Amino acid sequence: MANGDRQRRRSHPSSVHSLSFGRQSSEEVLSLIGGPGFSRLVFCNDPHCLQASILKYAGNHVSSTKYNIATFLPKSLFEQFRRVANVYFLLCALLSFTPLSPYSALSNVLPLVVVIGVTMGKEILEDWRRQMQDIEVNNRLVKVHRGGGVFDNIKWKDLKVGAVVKVDKDEYFPADLILLSSSYDEAICYVETMNLDGETNLKMKQALDVTSKLQEDLDFNDFKAVIRCEDPNANLYSFVGSLEFENEQHHPLGPQQLLLRDSKLRNTDYIYGVVIFAGQDTKVVQNSTAPPSKRSKIERRTDKLVYLLFAGLVLISFIGSVFFGLWTSDDITEDGSMTRWYLRPDNTEIYYNPRKASIAAILHFLTALMLYSYFIPISLYVSIEIVKVLQSIFINQDLNMYYEEGDKPARARTSNLNEELGQVETILSDKTGTLTCNSMEFIKCSIAGTAYGIGVTEVERALTRRKRLPDEEVHGDDTSDNAHKASVKGFNFFDERIMNGEWINQPHRDVIQSFLRLMAVCHTAIPEVAEDRREVTYEAESPDEAAFVVAARELGFEFFDRTQGSVSIRELDLVSGKRVERNYKLLNVLEFSSSRKRMSVIVRDEDDGKLLLLSKGADSVMFGRLSEDGREFEARTKEHVGEYADEGLRTMVLAYRELGEDEYREFDEAFRAAKNIVSADRDEMVEEVEDRIEKNLILLGATAVEDKLQNGVPDCIDKLAQAGIKLWVLTGDKMETAINIGYACSLLRQGMKQIIISSETPERVALLKAGDDLAVSAAAKANVVDQINRGKTLIKESRESSDAVALVIDGTSLAFALEDDVKDAFFELAIGCASVICCRSSPKQKALVTRLVKIRTGGTTLAIGDGANDVGMLQEADIGIGISGLEGMQAVMSSDIAIAQFRFLERLLLVHGHWCYRRISSMICYFFYKNIVFGFTLFYFEAYTSFSGEAAYNDWYLALYNVFFTSLPVIALGVFDQDVSAVLCLRFPLLYQEGIHNLLFSWKRILGWAFNGTVSATCIFFFCIRAVEAQAFRKGGEVVGYEILGATMYTCVVWVVNCQIALSISYFTYIQHLFIWGGIVLWYVFVLAYGYLDPYISTTAYMVFVEACAPALSFWLVTLFAVISSLVPYFTYSAIQIRFFPLYHQMIHWVRNDGQANDPEFCRLVKQRSLQPTTVGYSARFEASSKRLDKKPEQATTNIE
Amino acid sequence: MMSGVREMTSGSQAVASQIRRRRGCERALNQFTQQNLPACKPVLTPASVITIFLMLGMTFIPIGIIALRASQKVNEIVERYDADCVPPEYRNNKVAYIQDSSIPKKCSRTVKVEKLMKAPVFIYYQLDNYYQNHRRYVKSRSDNQLLQGLNYSKTSSCKPEESSNGLPVVPCGLIAWSLFNDSYTFSRGMELLQVNRKDISWKSDRDHKFGKEVYPFNFQNGSFIGGGTLDPNIPLSNQEDLLVWMRTAALPTFRKLYGRIEEDLHPGDLIEIDLVNNYNTYSFGGKKKLVLSTTSWLGGKNDFLGAAYIFVGCSSIFMALVFLLLHLKNPR
Repeated sequence: MANGDRQRRRSHPSSVHSLSFGRQSSEEVLSLIGGPGFSRLVFCNDPHCLQASILKYAGNHVSSTKYNIATFLPKSLFEQFRRVANVYFLLCALLSFTPLSPYSALSNVLPLVVVIGVTMGKEILEDWRRQMQDIEVNNRLVKVHRGGGVFDNIKWKDLKVGAVVKVDKDEYFPADLILLSSSYDEAICYVETMNLDGETNLKMKQALDVTSKLQEDLDFNDFKAVIRCEDPNANLYSFVGSLEFENEQHHPLGPQQLLLRDSKLRNTDYIYGVVIFAGQDTKVVQNSTAPPSKRSKIERRTDKLVYLLFAGLVLISFIGSVFFGLWTSDDITEDGSMTRWYLRPDNTEIYYNPRKASIAAILHFLTALMLYSYFIPISLYVSIEIVKVLQSIFINQDLNMYYEEGDKPARARTSNLNEELGQVETILSDKTGTLTCNSMEFIKCSIAGTAYGIGVTEVERALTRRKRLPDEEVHGDDTSDNAHKASVKGFNFFDERIMNGEWINQPHRDVIQSFLRLMAVCHTAIPEVAEDRREVTYEAESPDEAAFVVAARELGFEFFDRTQGSVSIRELDLVSGKRVERNYKLLNVLEFSSSRKRMSVIVRDEDDGKLLLLSKGADSVMFGRLSEDGREFEARTKEHVGEYADEGLRTMVLAYRELGEDEYREFDEAFRAAKNIVSADRDEMVEEVEDRIEKNLILLGATAVEDKLQNGVPDCIDKLAQAGIKLWVLTGDKMETAINIGYACSLLRQGMKQIIISSETPERVALLKAGDDLAVSAAAKANVVDQINRGKTLIKESRESSDAVALVIDGTSLAFALEDDVKDAFFELAIGCASVICCRSSPKQKALVTRLVKIRTGGTTLAIGDGANDVGMLQEADIGIGISGLEGMQAVMSSDIAIAQFRFLERLLLVHGHWCYRRISSMICYFFYKNIVFGFTLFYFEAYTSFSGEAAYNDWYLALYNVFFTSLPVIALGVFDQDVSAVLCLRFPLLYQEGIHNLLFSWKRILGWAFNGTVSATCIFFFCIRAVEAQAFRKGGEVVGYEILGATMYTCVVWVVNCQIALSISYFTYIQHLFIWGGIVLWYVFVLAYGYLDPYISTTAYMVFVEACAPALSFWLVTLFAVISSLVPYFTYSAIQIRFFPLYHQMIHWVRNDGQANDPEFCRLVKQRSLQPTTVGYSARFEASSKRLDKKPEQATTNIE
Repeated sequence: MMSGVREMTSGSQAVASQIRRRRGCERALNQFTQQNLPACKPVLTPASVITIFLMLGMTFIPIGIIALRASQKVNEIVERYDADCVPPEYRNNKVAYIQDSSIPKKCSRTVKVEKLMKAPVFIYYQLDNYYQNHRRYVKSRSDNQLLQGLNYSKTSSCKPEESSNGLPVVPCGLIAWSLFNDSYTFSRGMELLQVNRKDISWKSDRDHKFGKEVYPFNFQNGSFIGGGTLDPNIPLSNQEDLLVWMRTAALPTFRKLYGRIEEDLHPGDLIEIDLVNNYNTYSFGGKKKLVLSTTSWLGGKNDFLGAAYIFVGCSSIFMALVFLLLHLKNPR
C-alpha cells in the first residue's frame, strides 16, 4: 500500500479551507428512520440473504428504451393515431371495407400501412439505438465482494442492493453507494458530478469514522451492517439514513456519505461502498425526466393547415352530397317512372335509393370523405419526419461546426426543431462557458502609470479586422495573432519590457517589484507541486485569482508553498540579482466580499521584518483609499483602467502600505475581538475594523484580466445582430463582470445609454438591517418600478435621437420586475433596448425571463447555455442549445441541439436554420399544392359523374400517388434545396429576416400555393376533357373511355406536380434530377407493368398504356399541352415577382447571377440598400466610433441610481 | 445520461475519420455531407424568361397549326334522330312510345355528304346526358364472370342484374343489361352500303377480358328488360357491340363506335339511314345522334387542341414582348 501511503501524506485543500459538514444532529435523523418514506432496509455485504430477497429492491439493470417487444405494437400504434390525420385515414381504411367505398379496400389500406410502417420503423431504429446504449452501460464491470475478502468483476446489471463494491480511480459509480472507506486514512474521496449537475469542481465525500478502517479487501470478509434509509427519491442533495454496525449502534448517514451513480471517482485510488439504491431507484434515474417535447411553429401551423384542408374537404363533400341527393331523388319521378332507368333506381340498395335520397346523400357524404381523402397528404407527417432526420444528419456532419480540439461535432438531439432555427428572434445567452471560456487570462497591466502588455483581445482583433477589410469576412482565428500566444493557461501577457526579468531595467523597478510581489502574495490560492515536473500549479477559488498567481509566476515571482501561517515565494533579489526564496508570514486575511469589493492580506516579510498591508480591489473602492502621497500614478492608472474596462477586461487596482507595529497590534486585537463576537452584526463589525486599516494606501498599478471570450464570439454576435436577432445575456455573474462582458462582446459600447436597474442601493441595505422584510421588498419594488419608468422615458428620448440604449438589470430587481403587475412595463422597456443584460439571475429567473420573452414577443426564442443552471432556460425556450463545453453534460442533455462553441451558432442559425426553415416551409406548401391538384381533379370528375362518388383514376393510381410518384422529389426538396449557398447566407445575414417574419410560410403564401393547385387542377381537368371529348382520339377511330381519360389525366397530374417542383426549386443536383424525372419515368414504368398484369388485378388499367395511349399521338399532345399550360400561370407569376418584386434571397440570386458576389463594393451596396441599422455588435461599434471621431467624444453613459 | 456522452464521441469519431481521409470517393461523400454538391442554380433572369416564352410560342404555334389542320381535314356528319323518330302522335309522351314494344320503331333519315369522306368512314352513336360513369353503374359488372362465365359465381357486384328467375345471368350487371340496341343500315341511292362491324372493340378486350368460351345465358329474361339482347350462340368475345358498350365512357356525353363504312362517300351523296329506334333515352332526356366521321392522325374532329395550342403560343409570345418592353424601359 505504498501508493496509498504517499497519497495520505499529501495535504488536502481542505486543510486550508475549513470545510464544514452540514450534518444533522443524530437524534433528528434517527427519529425519521423507519417512518413513512424512510423504510428502506439494506443488509450490507449480504445481498442474497433471506430478508433482502423478500424486499425485492430493483436490480441495477437500467433501461431507457421506450418500448419492449410486448408493448411496442400497442404503444407505438397509440402514438401514431394520436394524430388526427392518421385517425381520419384509419377511419377511411375501415370504411373502405364497406360498399360505401369508392375504391378497393386494399388500395386504401396499403398507403396507410406504408406510412405507419415507415414511422414505426423509425421508432424501432431509435429504440434499438437506445437499447444498444443500455446494453453497453449494463455490461460495464465493477468489482464486487464475493465473500472471503475476494473481489470479483461482475456486470453492472447484476449488481444487487447491499453488495459491497470497490471502485477505482476515474471509474463511474455503478449505483448509489454509501461510502465506507477510501484509500485515504480520513476515508474521504473526491467525486466529480459533472454528469449530474454540470459542476466541474470536485466534491469531497467522507465516510463515517466507524467504517473508515475497512481499508483492505480482506476486511470485508466478516463485515456486516444494516442500513436504514429513505426511500428512493429524486433529490440529489439530501439523504437521510442510519448505519447499524458493531454492537447495534446507530450511526447517522447523510449526503456526505452518499456517492451517486454516474458520478466519477477522482483523485482517490479506490473506495469501498455499499449499494443502497440500484437501477431505477438511483437518484439520477429518478431525477431524469423526459425532456418536454417541443413542437415548432411551422408544425403547429401545419396542423392548422391540415384542419383547414379537412374543413374544405368536408365542405366539398357536403356540396357533392347535396347534389347527389338531388340527382338521386330525381331518378324516380313523382308518378313512379324511372328517369335514369339504366341505374335500376327501382331496385337498389340504400346507397342509391331515390325514395330515401336524404339517407343516400348522408351515406354519400361518407363516401365523399373517403374519396377526397387525397386532399389530405397522408405522407406529409412521415415525410417531414424523414426530412428532419436527414437535415439533422447534415447538421451533425457539418465540418464547419465541428470542434476539432474537443473532437465535438454539432449534435441535433431532437430533429423536430430544425426549421425553428431559421426563425429565431431573440437569443438568450448564458455568459460563463457560453460566451466566455471560463478561463481568465492575465493580459495587461499598468504599473506605475505605464501600460504593459501587447496582447490582443478578441474584440480588438475583430475591430482591427473590420478596419482593415471593411467587407471581407474572415472566419476562424487569425493564426498570425495567435502565433506568440503563450502556452500557459491563464496567461496571455506579452511585453518584452518586463518579461524574462527585464523589468529591472524599467524606470520604476521598485514599484514593479512591489506590484509583482503583491500579486504573488495577496490571494488565497494553494500551490500544488507535481512530483515529476518542477512546475507549480494552483488551486484557486476563482479563475481570475489563479490568473494573478500564474502571472506573478511567469513574471518571476513564483509562489510555491503555503503553510498555515506563511506564504513562500521565489523572487528576484534586486540587490544580489539572484533568485531567492522568501517567506512571508501571513498574519491576517481580509477576505473579499461583494460589498467590500477588495481583499487584503497583512504579512510580515521574514527577511526584513516589515509589516505590509497588501490590497487589491475594484477601482471604484480603491482609488478612494489612497494616501496623499500614494497618488503619484493615479491619473495615468485611471486612464488605463478606463481603457481596459471598455475593452471588457476585468480590472483590479493594486495598492499597499507599510504598517507600524503599534498600528498593527491595535488592529489585530480589534480584528480578533470582532471575529469572536457571536451576534448578527459580527460581519459588520469585522468589516468596520478592516475598513479602518485599509486606508492611506500607496497605488502600485492595475491589472487587467481578460475573461476569455470563446473564439469568434464578437464576430458571431455581430453577424447575429446584422441578421436582426436580439441577444439577451442572462448571467449569474456580478453586475460588473456582466458589464465587462457586454463591452467585450460589443453589446455595450462607449456612447450607448445604459439603464442600470439595481437593487443594491444604500437605502435597501439600510432597510435590510432594520430587518423589516415586508418594508424591504415593498420599498425595493417601488424602487424598481420607479427605475423602469425612468428608463422608459429615457428610451422615448433616445428614440428621437436614435441613440442605442442598453438595459442592465440585476437579479433582485429582476425578481420584482417579473412580478405580474410590473412585468408588462419591464418588458416594454426591455424590448426598447438594443441589448439587455440580466446579471445575478438565478436559474429560475433565467427560465422566467425566457418565458416572458417567449410569450410576450410571440417570436421564437433560443436559449443557449452550458451549465446545469441553464437547464430551466433551455427547456423553457423554443429552442435550447447546449454548449458541449467544459461544464459537463447537464445542459447538453436537456438541450435540443448541442454545439461545441458559441461561434457555431452563426452557422447553425444563418445557414442551417435558414435552409431548414426554407426547406420545410417550401416542402409543406408544395405538399398541399400537389394534393390539392390531385384532389381537385377528383372533385371535378366526380361532378361529371353526377356526384356518384366515382374516382377518376384506377384504385392503384390513387393509392400510389402520395407514396410513390410524388414523394421522393418533395423529400429531395426538403433535404437538399438551397436558395442561397452557405457562403452567401453568411455574407448577407439579413436573409435571416425572411424566417423571423415568416415570409415563406405566411398564410398568404400557403393560400397562394393552394390557389396555384386549384388553377393547375382546373387546367388539367378541363383541357383534358375538352381535348378528348367524344370524338375519336386516334387514327383507328376509337373513342376515349373512362380508363383512358383517367390515365391521361393522371399522366398530366404527375407531370405537372413534378415539373412544378422543378420550377420552384433553385438548386439542382443530380439527386433532384434523379428524383423528379425519376418520379415521372416511374409512373410510365408502373402503368406499363401494371397494365400487363392480369385484368382481374389491373381492371381498368389493363393494357391501357400499351394498347390505347402510347400509340395515340393525341395522348402525347394533350399531355404536353396540359402540362405546359398548367405551369404557365405560375411561371409568369414567378417571373414577374422575381423581376419586379424580388424577395431578399432573390436579390441575392441577382447579385450572384450577375457575377458580382465577389465584388466587395457591390455587395456592400446591396447590403446597405437593405440593411437596417444594427445597434449592437462590433460593426455598430465601428460605425459609432467613426461617428464619434467626427464629433467630440462625449460620455453619454447615464446611470440611473 | 451516460449514454449521451458516448453517443457524442462515437458520432465525432465518424466525423474525425472523415477529416483524416478525404480522397476520391470520400470527396464525393464529403461534398454530399457538406451540402456542397455541384449543382445548377437556375435564376429567372429577364433574358431567360424572354427566351423561354419565345421558345414556347415558337413550338406551340406550329403544333397548334398542324393540329388544327388535322382536325379540320376531318369531315363529320352528325344527325340527331331521337326526337324526329318519334311519331307525331307520341311527341308528348315519348317514354310511352319507346316502352311500348308493339309500336314499330323503324325510322328513316337522310343525310347529305358535303365533302369527300375517304374510307374508312366511322359510324358512331352518340348519347347525351347518359351517366355511364355513375358509380353504381361502373361497378355493376363482374370481370371474372365475363372471362369464366357460369364457372364463376361470386357476382354480387352485379346486383340487381345478378340473376333472374333464380338462375345466374351471363353477362351480369347493369352495364350489360342496359346494352345499346339501336341499329342502323345505310344506303346510297339504291345501293346498300356495307358496314363493317368487326374490330370495333379493343383487342385486349376480345383476347383477355371476355371469354372465348363464354356464351350469354339467361340474358334479358327478367321482368324488366333493359337494353339489347345477345345471341346466346356467339361467345362474348365476339359480341363486339357488348365489348364496346362495356368500355364505360368517362363523361356523360359520349360516342361509341358502331362500325365502319369502307367506301369513300362523295360530296352530294345522299345517304339514307334506316334505323331501329329501340333504346330509351327519353325518360332521362338524353339525345341520340348518329355520327359519320373520318379520322386524321389526331383522331376525330375537335378544334380545341389546335386552337388551344395556338392560343397559348400566342400568349407566350405576347408575354415575351411585354417582358422585353418592361425590361428595356426599366433595366435593372
